[in-house]
Amino acid sequence: MSPQQDVQDWIRKTIAQNDVVLFMKGTGQMPQCGFSSQVAQILGHLGVDYKDINVLDDMGIRDGIKAFANWPTIPQLYVKGEFVGGCDIIREMFQAGELSQLFDEKGISYDKSKMTA
Amino acid sequence: MAMVAGEIEHLIKAKFPDALISIRDLAGDGDHFAAHVVTSAFKGKTRVQQHQMVYEALGGRMGDALHALALTTALPKD
Repeated sequence: MSPQQDVQDWIRKTIAQNDVVLFMKGTGQMPQCGFSSQVAQILGHLGVDYKDINVLDDMGIRDGIKAFANWPTIPQLYVKGEFVGGCDIIREMFQAGELSQLFDEKGISYDKSKMTA
Repeated sequence: MAMVAGEIEHLIKAKFPDALISIRDLAGDGDHFAAHVVTSAFKGKTRVQQHQMVYEALGGRMGDALHALALTTALPKD
């Protein structure tokens, strides 16, 4: 199996095994890019447990995740194995209350007192 | 390598001739843009698909020559 296939398999496994996964630059605690930071802040604000994957640690994942979702940028948020969006979409969904709606639908627990901005 | 707003608009327009496009150069450095794209081509598409369509129109420049393009998409109002 090629290394690219290994990475794709690893991504598939990671988003299957974790309800909420954020591929980002840096970590949830210490984001290293403004766009990643915005999404981490929104998830933090909503009190959602998520797995953060720092793509700066691994070039293979950094490129692999872009191919995986056919999405050219990072961050990327996955909920229950499904790609939800990057920074713009997550921010838009959060502000419209659609993000908490999605978490409700998918059975993801969050702090309901902080549904919108 | 930076791009100018007109180039971005031209590329999107080439793909979606009916599109209404507004672009703002956020930092004045030719590197951080916000674009709002309205076209009937988005009908029936999810938000992710709409963004993917715009990225496709930009032909791989997004995330490369175009470092930061804050994108919002919408359908035309009737």
